Amino acid sequence: METVKPDGTPRIGNGLDTKLVSKPIMNRIAYGIMYVFLVLVAVFQIFPIIWLFLFSLKNSQEVFNMSPFSLPANPKWENYAKVWTEGNISLYFINSVTYTLAAVILTVVLASMVTFAITRMHWKGSRLVLGLFMVGLMIPVHSTLIPLFSTFTNINLIDNPLSIILTYTAFNLPITIMILLGFYEALPREVEEAAVMDGASIHHIFFKITLPMTMPVMATAAIINMIYNWNEFVFVNTFISSDSFKTLTVGIQNFIGQYTTDWGAIGATLVISILPILIAFLILSNRIIEGIASGSVKG
Amino acid sequence: MNKVLSNKKVLALYITPALFLVLALIYIPIVQTGYYGLMKWNGIGEMDFIGLKNYKVLMKDALFWRSALHSFLLALFSAISLIGYLFISIILAGKIKGADLLRKIYLIPMLLASVAIAQLWMKIYHPSNGMLNTVLMASGIEDPPAWLADANLALYAIIIPIIWQYAGFYILIYYAALKNIPESLVEAARIDGASPWQIALKIKLPLIMNVIKVTIVLAVVGSLKYFDLIYVMTGGGPNGASEVMASYMYQKAFKGFDFGYASAIGFFLLVICLVVTYIIRRFTAANEDIY
Repeated sequence: METVKPDGTPRIGNGLDTKLVSKPIMNRIAYGIMYVFLVLVAVFQIFPIIWLFLFSLKNSQEVFNMSPFSLPANPKWENYAKVWTEGNISLYFINSVTYTLAAVILTVVLASMVTFAITRMHWKGSRLVLGLFMVGLMIPVHSTLIPLFSTFTNINLIDNPLSIILTYTAFNLPITIMILLGFYEALPREVEEAAVMDGASIHHIFFKITLPMTMPVMATAAIINMIYNWNEFVFVNTFISSDSFKTLTVGIQNFIGQYTTDWGAIGATLVISILPILIAFLILSNRIIEGIASGSVKG
Repeated sequence: MNKVLSNKKVLALYITPALFLVLALIYIPIVQTGYYGLMKWNGIGEMDFIGLKNYKVLMKDALFWRSALHSFLLALFSAISLIGYLFISIILAGKIKGADLLRKIYLIPMLLASVAIAQLWMKIYHPSNGMLNTVLMASGIEDPPAWLADANLALYAIIIPIIWQYAGFYILIYYAALKNIPESLVEAARIDGASPWQIALKIKLPLIMNVIKVTIVLAVVGSLKYFDLIYVMTGGGPNGASEVMASYMYQKAFKGFDFGYASAIGFFLLVICLVVTYIIRRFTAANEDIY
């Protein structure tokens, strides 16, 4: 009877007491369940890759007769030596590095020039041009593939690395400009304006003042570009037919066919193809995360 | 100052190279795709203008509509999985130890080449020696399915690695958005006695609604034009069971050499992506007014 008195004091006091006692325990249990859940998701995300490392170091006998989760008895590093020397993997690797670097440099420089012109210079139509670049983000690659194939054939750029480098650049310009834009807009203009007052030329301002100041964001944009280019498949698969010009993604796709049952060799090939990106992520994870976040959600 | 910063020659020099590339390699090809779609053309010989015939054929092409259905199924699953990512991100953005490491681990698959992911999952799904069937057989299931070779399962078997591939990407985006919410807002609600669930649903979700909208568009449109894993893992098979719009288009063009018809599919794909983007934007904008 006391507890339902209109003023309600005892009841509230009581409720508060139980709350104070039970809340930490409940919280700890909930926290524990959630933690287990998050860790399970992490295991699901990482385990296939660990499994890949495992079978890349096994021989066929171990792959086919033992548990897929067993550790390789003595790691068969020769799988790596074999695929690196036997096929064209080293050549594909060099091609991937070359195309990736060329396209990244071209893209970041061109995108910086555009972003500079859009955020620092005064002209009509800057919004329109920016819009044109941004809409490019939404265009499905497949809707451009046939004309690109036929144009490159007509101007003798088919089966030519230049076709790959130029398409990578064109298709990565929108996202690169998007990444740069936020940084340029937040960057104070006083230094550049002071330079104008001092009579500096615009090229001097861009190359000697703006570019050095935007180094961090250029690095972010470059690493994102690097990942996209390194992993790209459709363009190379469509425009390149000579083995000598293929990149790793397309190369391994054809190359793996000859090792249908040699899982060790297949695993080693795959590890070689993903290792550069994994190492880059190990060293530059924060920069990569920042780049992915800023290149996806401002639109 | 204005004179220096509005120098027309410099402006042209800075804008033209990038603009030329984007126009020449993205926009003009789109127009060409629309044009080729009106032709009968094998890619090498003469083009014959046939008007809308390719589109009439397309409307009745059961194989195309089946692949379109698969694309939409993929889009549906991707959109639904966003709810899971949102849930994970909300937990992660609470005060969880090791949240930074966890979200980095989640992201790793997204950084890998689709071809490598495809090859890896083909090994996971391998009927006799794959990781999955070995586990199933060890746990007493005597005759586990052949996954990628099974017409009823192939599409779903591919959707799992696609989700695996992109999960970290969306978690990263949601996590970043949640971390941007001012601590004072959450703190004020907590002092007012709101439970963690109320805070998540009534405060955090509405505050990151814009980000959620963008991710819905990214997930749906990204699914509709999805290609890589399907092309490598099954090539659309068995018997078209995992075919999607982009892989169907690719097959018509570069295996069937029916460039006119494939262009019509490519143009249709573009229109679908733009229309769906527009619809989602409209739909989610109307939704926001309710809040």
